[in-house]
Amino acid sequence: MVEGLLAGLSTAFTFQNLLMVVGGCLIGTFIGMLPGLGPMSIIAIMIPIAIQIGDPAAALILLAGVYYGAIFGGSTSSILINAPGVAGTVATAFDGYPMARQGQAGKALTIAAIASFSGGTVGAILLMGFAPGLATVALLFHSAEYFALMVVGLAAIAAFAGSGQVAKALMMTVLGVMLATVGESALFNAPRFTFGIQDLQSGISFITLAMALFALPEALYLVLNPKRSERGGNGESTIANLRITRQEAKEIAPVIGRQSLQGFFIGVMPGAGATIASFLGYAVERNIAKGEDQAKFGKGSVKGLAAPETANNAACTGSFVPLLTLGIPGSGTTAILLGALIALNVAPGPRLMVDNPSIFWAVIISMYIGNVVLLILNLPLIPYIAKLLEIPRNYLIPFILFFTMMGSYIGQNNATELLLLTGMGIVATIMRMAGYPLAPMLIGFILGPLLEDNFARAMNLTDGISFMWERPMTASLLVAALLLIFLPSIRAGLGQLKGDEAAQGD
Amino acid sequence: MTLERAIALVFVVVCVVYGYTAFVVMEASLLPFERNMTFLPNVLPKWLSIIGALVGLAVMVQSGAGVGNGADVDDIDVGNLRQYKLGQAVTLLALMVAYALLLRPVGFVATTTLFLILGAVILGERRYVLLVPVSVLAAFLIWYLVQEVLGIFLRPWPWFL
Repeated sequence: MVEGLLAGLSTAFTFQNLLMVVGGCLIGTFIGMLPGLGPMSIIAIMIPIAIQIGDPAAALILLAGVYYGAIFGGSTSSILINAPGVAGTVATAFDGYPMARQGQAGKALTIAAIASFSGGTVGAILLMGFAPGLATVALLFHSAEYFALMVVGLAAIAAFAGSGQVAKALMMTVLGVMLATVGESALFNAPRFTFGIQDLQSGISFITLAMALFALPEALYLVLNPKRSERGGNGESTIANLRITRQEAKEIAPVIGRQSLQGFFIGVMPGAGATIASFLGYAVERNIAKGEDQAKFGKGSVKGLAAPETANNAACTGSFVPLLTLGIPGSGTTAILLGALIALNVAPGPRLMVDNPSIFWAVIISMYIGNVVLLILNLPLIPYIAKLLEIPRNYLIPFILFFTMMGSYIGQNNATELLLLTGMGIVATIMRMAGYPLAPMLIGFILGPLLEDNFARAMNLTDGISFMWERPMTASLLVAALLLIFLPSIRAGLGQLKGDEAAQGD
Repeated sequence: MTLERAIALVFVVVCVVYGYTAFVVMEASLLPFERNMTFLPNVLPKWLSIIGALVGLAVMVQSGAGVGNGADVDDIDVGNLRQYKLGQAVTLLALMVAYALLLRPVGFVATTTLFLILGAVILGERRYVLLVPVSVLAAFLIWYLVQEVLGIFLRPWPWFL
């Protein structure tokens, strides 16, 4: 291992390759800020450039830099304008945006940068040590377990709802899964629930729904209630508040520690990836937190921001385990990277470590460098990025509206998507006014297709639904999901019995 | 009936329609060989429609009790919508629809410029000397970045060019 590591170090630390990391991080960060262009599309765009470089190690280093940059850039738009451009940063907006509105945009971005850095670095260390062993464990997870894991992910919505809100959150989740069934699914070649409208055949795109649920209602709220935009981002405070206090550092340190590990191991399992890691990370931390701390989640909690950011990045690193050791891409992004690897004449799989040790290790080393460079590049940039919020309201709101539309248009190149966006945005705004939580709907929409695919596979394998109780791991995961849903209600019930107000959550 | 309950009611109706499609319409359109398969396109929708209807009914029963509404201090008060700038919001939404319809025929650069200018004007901006150049520049820059640098075609010019 030491020789491999040294070989990797010497490859990664050439002038050309360092330049690749810096360039990749910069490009990734800036393009990633545009909603609609997530890591997946940016890497896809960069592939022709990477292939032209010719040297596989340099190309991979460039792509890894772009990947990290894009993830950080995506968090930026989540935090600043509540417009999560990728599924993995949806949970970032839950607490990041409230922080920005309280005039702490700079601090929120700093926490995001540090949490991402820690998650990525811990992930890279774990990747180095455990990659071969983990690959076999990940293979123990079958479709039945994946199905159960998705159910747990959906049940984690209980984390976004206080007492008395669970039914509403569940309702929104079901609605999200329903929306996900619109269009042709991967399993069947027939369109479903399209009402004969051709534009719906490819389904509703994630980015359209994300913009309609988060960014658009927020922009409309800003229009409806001008006082709302006055509170956040008042000049001085955004910059002065860049520093994290010692108290806050103490608060987020254990969160970062736990989520680096949890996120990495979720990321290792093919198909789970950064999105589930970030949602589960948020849910777990919210459940661990006590009393006042827990009530703060969703209203600008530093823990609530650090948890998904750490988990997200750790999982991204974790998803390299099945890619590099088995040749199985665990997420859309790693699938594109796999394509790039093959185009560069490198075949990932069990033989990679033996045949091309310098490439294997250079990729891992480049992850470290990418993380460090990202932190060094972005910390000084944060005050300027946060300044975006100081743009006068009359300019900012049309631009936010324009970027939400741009996000859903670029992906599909279809103007009907914009009408869909406006329509769903209006519905979402009304729901938000009535006090319905919107995040569960998006989670349902993201996990819905994964849930159905694995459900189908498991049912086909066992010829029925008996797998739910016959496989111990599936059964225990499903029980955990039930507990997640009913625990808040039970806890609230007990709390009321005791007359204990503190147990009420929010 | 509160808005909360009304939404739950609409949702239950949606579930019934969705369930009808899953149980009746999709069942009838199955191909002969599909009938013997374990997993069909309408298996999950069937489950969803039942769970959804039950949850919707639960919300209708539960809501209105005012438990943990989680209302923000500066949240919108639905009972008193007139105190807000409803006109501006509706006009902006109309502008978005117009943007969607005009984007293809008129082209990206012109539509975007107009959208940014009109959006700001609706919100009360009157400094045209600043507004117009900023909008033109922004629309052009974004078009250049997306199409020329990233290679995603946007159809920049009107249909006659």
